[in-house]
Amino acid sequence: MKQTLLDMRSIVKSFSGVRALNGVSIQLDRGEVLSICGENGSGKSTLMKVLSGVWPFGSYEGEIFFEGNLVKALTIRDTEALGIVIIHQELALVKELSVMENIFLGNELGSFARLNDEEMHRRTLDLLARVKLDVLPDTAIRDLGVGQQQLVEIAKALNKNVKLLILDEPTSSLTTTEIDILLNIVSELKQQGIACIYISHKLDEVLTLSDWVTVIRDGDHIDTKAAAQLTQNDIISMMVGRELDELFPREEHNIGEVVLRVKHATAKQAGATRAQVEDVSFELRHGEILGIAGLIGSGRTELMQCLYGSYDGDYEAEIELEGQTVNIRSQRVALEAGIAMVPEDRKRHGIVPIMSVGRNITLSVLGKYSSWFGAVNEDKESNDIDDYIAQLKVKTASADLSIKNLSGGNQQKAIIAKCLLTHPKILILDEPTRGIDVGAKYEIYKLMFALVKQGMSIIMVSSELSEVIGISDRVLVMHEGRLKGQFDHQGLTQEMIMNCAIKEGVANV
Amino acid sequence: MFKTIKTSQLQLFAMLAAMLLIVVFFSIATDGAFISPRNISNLIRQTAIVGVLAIGMVFVIISAEIDLSVGSMMGLLGGIAAILDVWFNFPILLTVLVTVVAGLVLGLFNGWWVAYQRVPSFIVTLAGMLAFRGILVGLTDGATVAPTSSSLAIIGQSYIPSGWGISVVGLLCLGLVAKVYARRKARKQHGVENKAAKFEYAKAFVAVAVLLVLLYALESYRGIPTPILIMGGLILIATYVAKRTAFGRRVYAIGGNIEATRMSGVNVERTKMLVFGFNGMMVAVAALILTSRLGAGSPAAGNMAELDAIAACVIGGTSLAGGVGAVFGAIMGALIMASLDNGMSMLDVPTFWQLIVKGMILLLAVWLDVKTKKAQ
Repeated sequence: MKQTLLDMRSIVKSFSGVRALNGVSIQLDRGEVLSICGENGSGKSTLMKVLSGVWPFGSYEGEIFFEGNLVKALTIRDTEALGIVIIHQELALVKELSVMENIFLGNELGSFARLNDEEMHRRTLDLLARVKLDVLPDTAIRDLGVGQQQLVEIAKALNKNVKLLILDEPTSSLTTTEIDILLNIVSELKQQGIACIYISHKLDEVLTLSDWVTVIRDGDHIDTKAAAQLTQNDIISMMVGRELDELFPREEHNIGEVVLRVKHATAKQAGATRAQVEDVSFELRHGEILGIAGLIGSGRTELMQCLYGSYDGDYEAEIELEGQTVNIRSQRVALEAGIAMVPEDRKRHGIVPIMSVGRNITLSVLGKYSSWFGAVNEDKESNDIDDYIAQLKVKTASADLSIKNLSGGNQQKAIIAKCLLTHPKILILDEPTRGIDVGAKYEIYKLMFALVKQGMSIIMVSSELSEVIGISDRVLVMHEGRLKGQFDHQGLTQEMIMNCAIKEGVANV
Repeated sequence: MFKTIKTSQLQLFAMLAAMLLIVVFFSIATDGAFISPRNISNLIRQTAIVGVLAIGMVFVIISAEIDLSVGSMMGLLGGIAAILDVWFNFPILLTVLVTVVAGLVLGLFNGWWVAYQRVPSFIVTLAGMLAFRGILVGLTDGATVAPTSSSLAIIGQSYIPSGWGISVVGLLCLGLVAKVYARRKARKQHGVENKAAKFEYAKAFVAVAVLLVLLYALESYRGIPTPILIMGGLILIATYVAKRTAFGRRVYAIGGNIEATRMSGVNVERTKMLVFGFNGMMVAVAALILTSRLGAGSPAAGNMAELDAIAACVIGGTSLAGGVGAVFGAIMGALIMASLDNGMSMLDVPTFWQLIVKGMILLLAVWLDVKTKKAQ
């Protein structure tokens, strides 16, 4: 490495005595992409927080050199001035402002009294061209898709003369097409000499995109290798410290009678012209895992919301559960009927962050422990909590710990525990493994198979096609609110699903 | 677990320390008059009204809402009680019953608009603040309704006969110790190592000591004031509701993340409306105490009381973002505010200074809270 752009030397960072980083070193040249892999909680984000100045100089051991100079950043602004820009998983754009206003937020051109709109407009057009985003500078952010918003973030970074771009899980909520666009942009920035640190759980992207791969486990620097010499399995075994025979532990299970029949499901936002779900009918069998694929916006999540009574517009569906017609008007009705759901957005719809793990788990079934005057029998309650924490292997120091302190995978397990406590007949999992590390994913798959073996039926919505194919017995593909295809998992390929999900044409039901 | 206990311990200690500081300061400044039995009796009688309001308000704030109408509502309900008593000569029990039911109805009315019609509570209760006051002035024609009957005076002005008071407090102390013991035993049975045991015993010990000292002080004046007994009872009930019932748990969950709570199958709307209903009943109790103490229903009664109640909750560690708070904290907050009022009045501090000091204390309390949370 002749002219090292970034050189982080044996970084050590401790939180009240616990070492989150234990001597991690990385180097990076101009125009190179380095991926950092590791399970959640392994120290990736801590490392990036050290690099970007969230943890100020002096709060960690080790040294950071950028362009040969020792970095003594105290805030994010300091590192941004150097040309280090981090784009977080949760986008930091102001939804109500326009693309241009967001790009120049905090760096507005012009005087205090009058903004130089013409110049900002011209530069925005340039920046948008560089990230190949074909929208007008005046477009409001809220009218853009997640993928487009990500590109605006990158344009914003380019405007700050970025030399090192850090992307933290940029593709976790993008569709395949959007991911391709993003990866192309990163490759192009690379040509222009911009270095990039890429953090992702999606190992195929990591391998196509990066020059180097660094693996961190429990704060330790495991290894840094040239991406060309690695396979996905190599990275996984470095990450978890053990070999995983396969990513998807498919287990044989018996599929029985039809348990759920949905006919003519239709969902529409009040006042909207296009329905989000249009005349969808399908069946679910006893002990079956039904996968639902489709692009974001294809109506997958909305269809699930109709089944769980949480859709916020007008919806209609004839739903027959074990031969009985049910009218699901609210989440309560759904739970009583025996349908439970693990929602897509864990933070917004899944957890109550300040409450303890245990109290999150029992939130749906508090009535079960209530004796006279609504008093909760805490003995009974904590028995159940302990049971389910053990069964689902939720890793937590105590059931009384706030759930916000757990990793994503363990939060997800706690939410699944909450659903299981209601003893559902049907469990809906909307993106069950999004943003979750490989080890926890594996455990969740195992659990899904254990549940269907006990006779539960599962509907799983997922954007990860490999997961859909690897786990489901049968796959439904949605496109623009309609059911467009139905496949058995045997002989099913990702291409078949993509073709069905993207291309216009005759339905294949 | 360790961390959460630490935070709440810290908050409790901070509040107790603040209280102690205030007591010591005013005792010295007034040459001991501040801690004379007579003044202690006065002080905690002053606390009763804001304290009862804070008990209702703390539930509203924990559920991440606000109620600005309680001052006007207290005025209106107090006016209704006075009218029933003075104009219609209702028997006392019926007056109490009608007032409490009226409070429940007004509270549910607020709650219905907030929960089912999705109008922000700030606006709903701001409207209530104006309208309730208007109704009060209309009903009374802007005149004071007086004098109230001697039986109504029992609620706010009487004292519990000495023997009764001592037995009530004695029972309370015994109950407290028994509770800590039982809980500790239960935890041991569960095999949970109880690191907080010492803390719990210390807490019970301090509580018993404070109760006994208060009892001594009150008995050496005229006995336990009835409104304090009412407030004490409500504290016990409300703490039980908040900590031990499914309803209480759901209120905390709604404040913590309303969407996730809804997704868990909780009837969020009904729970919220009930929170406002409960608050309305607390306002009714406070109104009865107020009218009884004043011996009249006044069209200006309860003016700005909502702000005292909110301040008490916030000083007591309730988060306006919802999901965090406790009844006991709110009562401590009310006591701190009342002590400041009382002490400064004894020192003849001009009213304008009293307002400034109270404002600064509120700011300081929340600032400290924000600071300590950040440090964690």
